[in-house]
Amino acid sequence: MSLVSVRNLTRVFDVSKPWLNRVLERLPKRYLTAVSDVSFQIEENKVYALVGESGSGKSTIGKMLVGLLPPSEGGVEIRGVNLASEQDAKTIDDIRSDIQMIFQDPYASLNPRWRVGDIIVEPVAARGGDTTGLASKLLEQVGLAAEDAQKFPHEFSGGQRQRIAVARALASNPKLIVCDEPTSALDVSVQAQVLNLMSDLKDDLGLTYLFISHDLTVVRHMADTIGVLYLGRLVEEAAPEDLFTTPRHPYTQMLLDAAPRMDEIGREVEPPTGEIPDPINPPSGCAFHPRCPLATDICRERRPELRYVGITRVACHHTDAA
Amino acid sequence: MSDPSLTPIHSETPERPLSEPVLSVRDLIVEIPTRYAVLRPVDQVSYDIAPGEILGVVGESGAGKSMTGNAVIGLLDRPAHIADGEIWLKGRRIDNLRRDQMRAIRGKEIGMIFQDPLTSLNPLLRIGDQLSETILEHLPVSRAEARVRALQALDEVGIPAAAERLNSYPHEFSGGMRQRVVIALALCAEPSLVIADEPTTALDVSVQAQIIALLKRLCREKGTSVILVTHDMGVIAEAADRVAVMYAGRLAELGPVAQVLKTPRHPYTDGLVGSMPMASAGKERLRQIPGSMPRLGSLPDGCAFHPRCPRAETRCRQNPGPTLGADHGRAACWFPVGEVS
Repeated sequence: MSLVSVRNLTRVFDVSKPWLNRVLERLPKRYLTAVSDVSFQIEENKVYALVGESGSGKSTIGKMLVGLLPPSEGGVEIRGVNLASEQDAKTIDDIRSDIQMIFQDPYASLNPRWRVGDIIVEPVAARGGDTTGLASKLLEQVGLAAEDAQKFPHEFSGGQRQRIAVARALASNPKLIVCDEPTSALDVSVQAQVLNLMSDLKDDLGLTYLFISHDLTVVRHMADTIGVLYLGRLVEEAAPEDLFTTPRHPYTQMLLDAAPRMDEIGREVEPPTGEIPDPINPPSGCAFHPRCPLATDICRERRPELRYVGITRVACHHTDAA
Repeated sequence: MSDPSLTPIHSETPERPLSEPVLSVRDLIVEIPTRYAVLRPVDQVSYDIAPGEILGVVGESGAGKSMTGNAVIGLLDRPAHIADGEIWLKGRRIDNLRRDQMRAIRGKEIGMIFQDPLTSLNPLLRIGDQLSETILEHLPVSRAEARVRALQALDEVGIPAAAERLNSYPHEFSGGMRQRVVIALALCAEPSLVIADEPTTALDVSVQAQIIALLKRLCREKGTSVILVTHDMGVIAEAADRVAVMYAGRLAELGPVAQVLKTPRHPYTDGLVGSMPMASAGKERLRQIPGSMPRLGSLPDGCAFHPRCPRAETRCRQNPGPTLGADHGRAACWFPVGEVS
């Protein structure tokens, strides 16, 4: 059984103006569909990566997975338990301590008034667990010194802070870690250190990652399966090698072409046209059709369903042509 | 420079600009006096930019790349100041100008593009007014003529329905469109040099590609030189002609982009290029540089990179690497990669 199974996950935000403005200006309620009908599974000890541009819903999915946001429809099952509907408090508590999260900005995610040792053991201490020697063990595990437990976050560089965030995520001995852009705020040479650390920990501790990123090269390095999101929908899901050699969805193709590359110096690219549409009023049919070179009438009228092509899943009317 | 031990032992044939450089920076030192010590965020940096050339400046945060750009346009925040060195713009020395003289150059001779387009646009003014204001300030044209030029400028940067958009406020544009407006603003007074400080960092991949292509095209058409400050090696590879790699305030390597990225000489550049995930495609682990860049207040003796350097020897611990002049040497290193010592 998969560790995580996400079924028809949907999240709608109410972005209406305040009540009085609506009444006076006669405005309707407005809704933003951040995530729409997304389904995927994460196997144990694997890395599932979600990529997409801003507004594609990748962070919203991450938040729903750890339970920071309730889904509007559909649900997340972790080892067969749906946290939103489960009644048994003990089961919920067990599952929750199995999930941890690493955030993008290590300057914002660590409390500046707490000592690093206290920050790291909090997930255990908050449940009344035994924390003796835990902080120093974890600090050494992520490549810092045991004495660092006495210091404050401001005494560390960005890369070291992200190591502290990783140590905190490991404290409760989790199975699944949701990493939301864990290296986007870091410099390249430090990014490599953190990514290597995360790979090592995954192998040593048998962790499972949901890895959220906008950087295709990082994702290619880390992931076992990649899900590409566009405007809240999964448009393609494939193994990294398949995705990078034979992208099936035109949006994936566009992302690959647009990403700057180090191996082609002075490359002259025809940049992609258009921008991500307004998610409050998404285009009809396939949301990508206004920017898609392959778009035809059917794309404007009917939304393509996600279907299998080999082991790849893709949502496009023109997959064979792509 | 007279000390013979400071000249690099392995110098290469330099890429001399064919014509008179637009900008020459010579041994620039920026200092910040603090209560404990005097910090040097920029230390003996020298480079030239030829007309129409795009010079990429890469480095980690705190390496001094933005500080160098700010020194050139005279926008250093106190107490940071230029302690030594010279900056020449088209044969005129500009580092010792008075505030009002510098103000006349800024915007006219040197345009600026910053990372966050919202901070460089006035949220209370329509963008047409902001453009015309800049044009009127720097060019001898009438109000009506300025309006026409503003429209042209918006058209050039690819803003659809430019005539209507002149009356829009910055918040009515998307991030990518806003950055286009900023580019229009930077280029509307026809400067000879543009300093673009992380112009695409806040943007999505597809929009980033649009902005880079636009910047390249406009500068080629107008012959404008660009200092492109970024931390993204991919952007450098795609846009820059030459690249300057900075580390802890000093130039580590300077050369044509193909040479620097394909056969890096400085061990830091080598490590930086190697640690990019795309460089290790298919490998289990990424190559990493151990440690992190030292803080300015606690720079090690000798070459600032030696504690992280696999090639470091006694000489590196005692003597800072050779200073890169604008006219000789590619790597500020005693033992460059790929050369027999």
